[in-house]
Amino acid sequence: MKKPSGLTVIFSLLGACVVVFLLAPILKMILSAQPGSLAEALADVEVRRAILLTFGCATWAAVLGALTGVPLAYLLARRTFPGKHFIEALVDVPVVIPHPVAGIALLLVFGRQFFGGRFFDHFGLSFIGTVPGIVVAMLFVSTSFLVNASRDGFAQVDPRLENVARTLGYGPLATFFSVSLPLSWRNVLSGGIMMWARAISEFGAIVIITYNPKVASVLIYDRFTTYGLTYALPLAVILILLTLSVFALLRSISYRASGVRAS
Amino acid sequence: MIRLLNVASSAGAFALRSINLEVPSGDYFVLLGPTGSGKTLLLETIAGLRTPTSGEIWIHDQNVTELAPEHRRVGFMYQDYLLFPHLTVRRNIAFGLHRQAANEADERVKQVSRLLKLDGLLDRRVAGLSGGEKQRIALARALAPQPRVLLLDEPLAALDPQTRQQVRRELLALHNELKMTTIHVTHDFEEALVLADHLAVMNAGEVVQAGEPDVVFRRPASPFLARFLGVENVFRGRIVRCIGGEVGDGTSFNAIFESGPLKLSVVAECEGSARVAIRPEEITVSKEPLHSSALNNLAGIVKNIEKSSPLVRLTIEAIQPFIAVLTVQSFEALDIAAGAKVWISFKATAIHVF
Repeated sequence: MKKPSGLTVIFSLLGACVVVFLLAPILKMILSAQPGSLAEALADVEVRRAILLTFGCATWAAVLGALTGVPLAYLLARRTFPGKHFIEALVDVPVVIPHPVAGIALLLVFGRQFFGGRFFDHFGLSFIGTVPGIVVAMLFVSTSFLVNASRDGFAQVDPRLENVARTLGYGPLATFFSVSLPLSWRNVLSGGIMMWARAISEFGAIVIITYNPKVASVLIYDRFTTYGLTYALPLAVILILLTLSVFALLRSISYRASGVRAS
Repeated sequence: MIRLLNVASSAGAFALRSINLEVPSGDYFVLLGPTGSGKTLLLETIAGLRTPTSGEIWIHDQNVTELAPEHRRVGFMYQDYLLFPHLTVRRNIAFGLHRQAANEADERVKQVSRLLKLDGLLDRRVAGLSGGEKQRIALARALAPQPRVLLLDEPLAALDPQTRQQVRRELLALHNELKMTTIHVTHDFEEALVLADHLAVMNAGEVVQAGEPDVVFRRPASPFLARFLGVENVFRGRIVRCIGGEVGDGTSFNAIFESGPLKLSVVAECEGSARVAIRPEEITVSKEPLHSSALNNLAGIVKNIEKSSPLVRLTIEAIQPFIAVLTVQSFEALDIAAGAKVWISFKATAIHVF
């Protein structure tokens, strides 16, 4: 067998540090939870409610994100307009700001005494300490994943395919639904799943806006600070197993997405 | 009929300038030009995929300048065909039939696929089909909704040489059958000669000459055209002496063209600075001078011999370098090698003065 080069050896050792660093805490946590305690945690009504609330809110956030973020992504991929670079940067901002800061920023818009809060108050919607508050916090911190993935998907569709559809009698909207979207749905879907997963894992922004009702991450924090590690751990393991399964699904979809676009 | 009146359009830094063209109904019209001359941009502008900055576009008797592409009823095909990769062949062809009832659309798909010999491929996915098949599917897709005109952007360029010949014949047969007004964009002038009823040559965003292919090829209107169309012996100089008189009865030339020491008998209207062009196949190469008043005779030396069957290209230094093209048989009959002394001769009427 050919002897590996110096570079391969050194880079493998350095790379292995990252792999171990990422894997060890996750594995250790999963392995240290007693199966009995997991079953017990699942039997806990508060835990089940928190998990359902988390997944429900994340789904709402993903749906709202798709309705608004996918059109934005298409415009970013296809059009040039003043302020485009600003908007592209803005989409990434929630990823770089600390999430409690995001929570405070949202509070300043959606709080009852501020304009966003007052506006939605007319429709009977309030965001502080409510389910819509959780959805808004999730939406803010996770939309960028969907927008960026969808934009990349649309950018990979040859605009001349859309031209051909136009000459075949399709208006711009019909072209979007018959050509652009079907050819980039895997990117849109994997962006959506990524957004969903990110929303499920959110803590910082949610805890500022809505401590109660508790989503899973807030409940874990609550149990940890109130009762200690033993009570927080089973719930943490359940959450990590659920998010990991979602993530595995995402990877398999984006893996199959590569290489289907060649005509 | 397609009529363009002073059409200008731009894409980034590139611009089409004041294009005027008229494509008669049922015509096979070829738009010829080097890469980057604006042919595709013009085709996209006619299809409505780009908005002209000024001018008017008429299709038949309708001013379509402001009309969206989906309402123009124009069949469009790109060089790389751009079939929809997420659809089967059948659904690609039926794509433009979305407003028709399902059974009518089915019938039309059958009709078009019979015409283009695609019957056996209808349920295939488009990945993995050959270039020729993709080309026919793209053509079927463009023709299915019965467009008023057909716009083809380099339809043969992506094919291998053998397939290209065959598809060229098929295109011609199809056109003879359908008689649909067609604009075919190409950079290949052989393709243009074979297919075109009329053609226009484009360069740098402008139509530089338009007309019947023979006229354009025999009488290129500028040095660019002469070079682009393969007229290789282009010289710049002056018409120094007009002898006058009718060409054809007794006199076979009426002027002298002078470029340094090179003097040629030519047919020209007037004196002054001019360029001349002689097509390489019009030059006769011989070992002895051929004497006739109709002929320009020049002694020269063979500098280079390039064989590309069935033709041989000779570069002959005769005051200026001349390119002559012979068939392999005449070249072998001449029995010459590089360095040989030869005579070149060509008729005054074979010299194009411009």
